[in-house]
Amino acid sequence: MSTEPAVLPKVHYLNAGYGWRSWLFTTDHKRIAILYLVSVTLMFFLGGAYAVLIRLNLVEPTGSLVTAETYNKLFTAHGVVMIFFFLIPSIPATLGNFLIPLMIGAKDLAFPRINLLSWYVFVVGALITLHALVNGGLDTGWTFYAPYSTVFSNTAVVTAGVGIFVTGFSSILTGLNFIVTIHKMRAPGLTWFRLPLFVWAHYATSVIQILGTPVIAVTVLLVAVERAFHFGFFDPARGGDPILFQHLFWFYSHPAVYIMILPSMGVISEVVAAFSRKRVFGYSFIAMSSLAIAGLGFLVWAHHMFVTGLAVYAAMVFSALSFSVAIPSAIKVFNWTATFYRGSVSWQTPMLYAFGFIGLFTIGGLTGLFLATLGIDVHVTDTYFVVAHFHYIMVGGAIMGYLGGLHYWWPKIAGRHYPEWWARVSAVVIFLGFNLTFFPQFILGYLGMPRRYHVYPEEFQVLNVMSSAGASILGIGYLIPMVYLAWSMRYGKVASANPWPATGLEWQTTSPPPTTNFEKTPVVDEEVYDYPKLLEKKEAVLV
Amino acid sequence: MSEAAHAPAGPLAHHFADLDQQKESAVLGMWLFLVTEILFFGGLFATYAVYRHLYYDAFSAGSHHLSWRIGFANTLVLIASSLTMAMAVHSAALGKKGRIVLFLLLTILLGSAFLGVKYFEYGEKIRPCLGDGPSAGCLLPGERFDASALHLEGDAARQAQVYFSLYFGMTGLHALHMIIGIPILGLLAWWAHRGRYDAAWHTPVEMVGLYWHFVDIVWIFLFPLLYLVGHH
Amino acid sequence: MDSPAVPLFPPQASTIAAEVDALYFFLVAVTVFFSVLIAAGVVYFAIRFRRRSPHDRPAEIHGSLALELVWTFIPLGIVVVMFGWGARVFFHMNRPPDDAMSVSVVGKRWMWKLQHPTGQREINELHVPVGRPVKLTITSEDTIHSFFIPAFRIKKDAVPGRYNFAWFEATKTGTYHIFCAEYCGTEHATMIGRVVVMEPDDYQTWLGGGPPPETPVKVGERLFVELNCATCHRIDSLGRGPLLHGIFGKPVQLATGETVVADAAYMRESILNPAAKVAAGYQPVMPTYQGQVSEEMVISLIAYIQTLPAPVVPPAPGPAAPGAPATKGAP
Repeated sequence: MSTEPAVLPKVHYLNAGYGWRSWLFTTDHKRIAILYLVSVTLMFFLGGAYAVLIRLNLVEPTGSLVTAETYNKLFTAHGVVMIFFFLIPSIPATLGNFLIPLMIGAKDLAFPRINLLSWYVFVVGALITLHALVNGGLDTGWTFYAPYSTVFSNTAVVTAGVGIFVTGFSSILTGLNFIVTIHKMRAPGLTWFRLPLFVWAHYATSVIQILGTPVIAVTVLLVAVERAFHFGFFDPARGGDPILFQHLFWFYSHPAVYIMILPSMGVISEVVAAFSRKRVFGYSFIAMSSLAIAGLGFLVWAHHMFVTGLAVYAAMVFSALSFSVAIPSAIKVFNWTATFYRGSVSWQTPMLYAFGFIGLFTIGGLTGLFLATLGIDVHVTDTYFVVAHFHYIMVGGAIMGYLGGLHYWWPKIAGRHYPEWWARVSAVVIFLGFNLTFFPQFILGYLGMPRRYHVYPEEFQVLNVMSSAGASILGIGYLIPMVYLAWSMRYGKVASANPWPATGLEWQTTSPPPTTNFEKTPVVDEEVYDYPKLLEKKEAVLV
Repeated sequence: MSEAAHAPAGPLAHHFADLDQQKESAVLGMWLFLVTEILFFGGLFATYAVYRHLYYDAFSAGSHHLSWRIGFANTLVLIASSLTMAMAVHSAALGKKGRIVLFLLLTILLGSAFLGVKYFEYGEKIRPCLGDGPSAGCLLPGERFDASALHLEGDAARQAQVYFSLYFGMTGLHALHMIIGIPILGLLAWWAHRGRYDAAWHTPVEMVGLYWHFVDIVWIFLFPLLYLVGHH
Repeated sequence: MDSPAVPLFPPQASTIAAEVDALYFFLVAVTVFFSVLIAAGVVYFAIRFRRRSPHDRPAEIHGSLALELVWTFIPLGIVVVMFGWGARVFFHMNRPPDDAMSVSVVGKRWMWKLQHPTGQREINELHVPVGRPVKLTITSEDTIHSFFIPAFRIKKDAVPGRYNFAWFEATKTGTYHIFCAEYCGTEHATMIGRVVVMEPDDYQTWLGGGPPPETPVKVGERLFVELNCATCHRIDSLGRGPLLHGIFGKPVQLATGETVVADAAYMRESILNPAAKVAAGYQPVMPTYQGQVSEEMVISLIAYIQTLPAPVVPPAPGPAAPGAPATKGAP
C-alpha cells in the first residue's frame, strides 16, 4: 500500500543549473548521458528513415522508389548510421554513463572531462560523416570493401572515413573511462562479485572497445590514404591484397557486434532480477560469460570470409571458434529464464521487453550457428539470411534491451513515470512488427536472395512485401515511446526514490539524483540482488 | 574522506576520495590509452608483416635506399629524449621545479631535432615529386613515384611503392604522435614553471612521460623494420 | 525460371545441395527445439509465477552448478556435431572430382564472362550437362564479386588478383539463377544470369551450334607463340627459361631454396610477376606481361601449358641446370 505521493527533490541534476552553458560545458555524467541520449535518438530516427526508404523500394521487384545509385547510398547510410552512431554508443553512452557511477556508489566517472570530450568527438564525427552522406553520399556499404571503396566508388569515401575515424575515439574514450572507474572508484565494501551484472557487462564491452576500435581506425585510415594518394595496400593492380583489407576490417567489426549486444544483456540481467524480485540465477556464470564473449569474440573474425578463398583448414579453425562463442550466450539465456522460476514475476513494460529479448535473441543467436556451420554458410552468406540474423540480434536483442532499460530507469533519469498502458502497447507492437519484418528474410535468404539488391526476381516479391509491411508497423512502434517519454518528462506521475522497488545503489538516492549522486558515500555490506532483505524492509513500498 | 559539497582546494578533483585514488586512476587510464595505441600501430605492423613477406626483395631495395646512419642517429636522439624525460619525472618526484622545466625543455629540443631530421629525410624523397616535368627520384607513392634510383622495374617497382607507402605511413604516424606530444610537453613545462607540481602531486608529468616513452619504443621497432631490411 | 510463383525453398539441383539441405534441416530442428523450449519456458514461468500480490516472497535461489554444467555441455555437444558435419560438407565443396570439366568464370562490372573447355564463351549464362561434375575457376577483373548459384548451394568470391575454385554436379535439368553475391557497385543487382542444365545429348547439340570456336587450349597455344614465350621456354631446354613441359602440378625449386607447386596460381603469378618466384638455376630475366594479357588470356595460356607433355627422356643438361625434375614420361 503506497504512502504519500512522491515528491521531486528540490535540487537535482536536471535543475542544478540552467542555460545552454550549463549543459554544453557540464562534467556531470548524468547530463552527458542526456546529451548522448538526444544525439543517439536523432541518429536512430535518421537511420530508421533510411530503412523506411529501403523497404519502400523493395515492395516492387523492379525497385519502386529510387535508382540503383540512390539505393546503394541508402543501404550504406542505414548501416553506417545505425552501427556507428546508434548501436555502438547507445546503451554505454546513455544508460552506462548515467548509471555506472550510481551503481558503484561514486560521485562521477574517473575522468569527467574526458567523458564530455567523448560526446563532442561523437558529435564532430557525426557531423563529418553526415556531411559526406549528404554531399556525394556513400555507396560502399558500411563494410567498405576494397578495392571497390579505394578505387571504383565515386562517392565521398574519404570524408566518411575521416568521420568514422573520429567517432571511433568517442568509443575508445568511453571504454577507457568505464574500465578505470570500475577498477578504482567502487564504494567501500563493493567487491567485484557484488557488482551488478550491468556493470560487468559494461566492463567486458569496454575491453572490446579499447582493443578493437583502434584497428578499425587504422584500417579506415589506410583506405582513405589509398584512395587519396593511390597507394597500393589493397588494390591488386598496385600489388595490394583485397583480402588483407577484410582481415583488418573484421578484426574490429566482429568484436564490435559484441559491443552492441553485451550492454543490452547487462540491462536484461537487471530487469529480470528486479521484475522477478529475485536474484539472477547463476550470477557468476553470467558475469564470467560476459568476459568470455569479449575474449572469444576477438578470435572469430574470418567467419565473415568463408567464401573468399580461405584455406580450408583456416576456415575450420574459425568455424570451431565461432561455435565456442555461442556457448556463453546460451548460458546466459538459460540463467535468465531460470530466474523467473518461483519468482514474483511482474509484467510491467521493462519485463515485457526482457521477455521479447530472450525469445528473439535466442532465435537470432541460433541462426548465427547456421553461419558458423561451414557447409551452410557457403549458401547463405551474403544473402538475406545474414540480414535477418543480425537484425534479430541487433533489433530483437539490443534495441529491445535498450528500450527495456530506458523504461526501467526512466523514473530515476526523469523523476517521473512513463504511462504504463501506452508503453505496453508499444512493446507489443514493436515485437509483432519486428517479427513480420525479419522472419520472412530468413526464407528469402535460403531461397538465395542476395543482400544489397535494389531489384530482385519476381518470385521473391511476396516475402519482400511482408517484410516491408512489418517495417511500417515496427516504425510506428518506435514512434510511440518518443511521444510518451517526452510527455512524461513534464506530466508523468512523480517517481519516488525506489518505485519498483529494486536493489542497487542507484535506487538508494533520489529520483532524479543530485549532481553528486549521493548525500553520503554509500558503504556496501550486503550481497548484490538481495531481494529477500529488500522485501523485508519496513520502508519498502511494494507495488 | 571529503564529504564536503564544494571541491577541496589543490589538485584533488571533487569526485575522488583522495590523491592516491586520483593518481591510480590516472595511471590506469594512461596505460589503457597506450594499449589502444599499440593496437592502432599494430594494424600497420600487421600490414607491414604481410607485405614484407610477399615482397621481400622490393622491401630490401627500398630499405637499402634509406640512410641507416641517419636513422640510427635519430634513434639515439630519441633515446636521449627519453632519458631527459625520465629525468624530468625524477626531478618532479624530488620537487625540484627548475630541473623539471629544464629537462622538459631538453626533451622538447631533442624531439624537435628528431623531427628536423625527419623533415630532411622526407624532403629528399618528396622534392623530386613536386612541380611538372620528370619526377626521377620521387619516392612518394602515387602517380609520380619513380623507382629507377632503386634499380627496380615493372612489378618490383610497384612493390617498392607498397614499401614506401608503409615507410611514410608508419613514420608519418609516429611523427604525428611527436608533433602532438611536443606542445603537450611545452604546456607541462609552463605549468611546472608556475609551480603546479611537487613531490606530493606530479602525476601529469609521469603520465606524459609514459606517453613519450611509448612513442620512443614505437620508433625503436620502426627503425630496424624499415631501415635494416636485408642488412647482414 | 523453374520455380513456383511464391517459392519458399530453393530447388535442389546438385549433388551437394542435398547434403547442404540435410545439414540445414538439422540446424532448423535444433533451432526450433530450443526456441520453443525457451519461449515456452518464459511463457510458462511468466504465467505460473506471475505476481499475485505486492507481498509475494520469491524463493531464495542462487543457482545450480549441476544445471550450469548440463546447459553448457549439452549445447557444446550439439555444436560439435554441427561443426563436424559442416566441415565435412565444406570439404566436399572444396574437393572437385578429378574428371570435372573446367569452366572459367570472370566477373567484371557488371557481367559474368564464362568459357567452356571447348572454347564456347557465354555471358551471364552457363550451359552444362546434367550428371557431369563441373569445376569453376573464378576471378575478377575489377572489384570483388561473388558467383552464386542458389539451386546448387554453391558460392565463391571472384577476387581480383587471384583464382578461386568451386565445383558442382547438376542433378536436375532446368534453369536456375546465377547471382552476384558481393556488392560491386551500381548494377550489382543486375549482374545476374542463368545456369541451364541440359541432358547430355542436348548439351552436345548446344556445343555444336555455331562455328567451332577456339578452345582455350588453342588460344593459349597461339598466344604462347605470339607473346614469344617459346623463345625462352624451349623443349630442348636450351632456352633461358625453365622447361614448361610436364611442369603442371609438379614441385619446382626456387632460387631462394624453397619449393613450390606449379599450380594455376603459380603460373599466373609467373606470367604477371615473374620476379616473385625465380626457378633455381635461372636468371631473373623474364619480362612481366602485366598489362599485355587479360585474365582470360592468362587462363588460356595456363590451359595450354597444362597440355604440354613431359619429355620422354630427361633433356640433356643445357647452359643452365634445368629446374624441372626428371619426369616419368608423357602423361
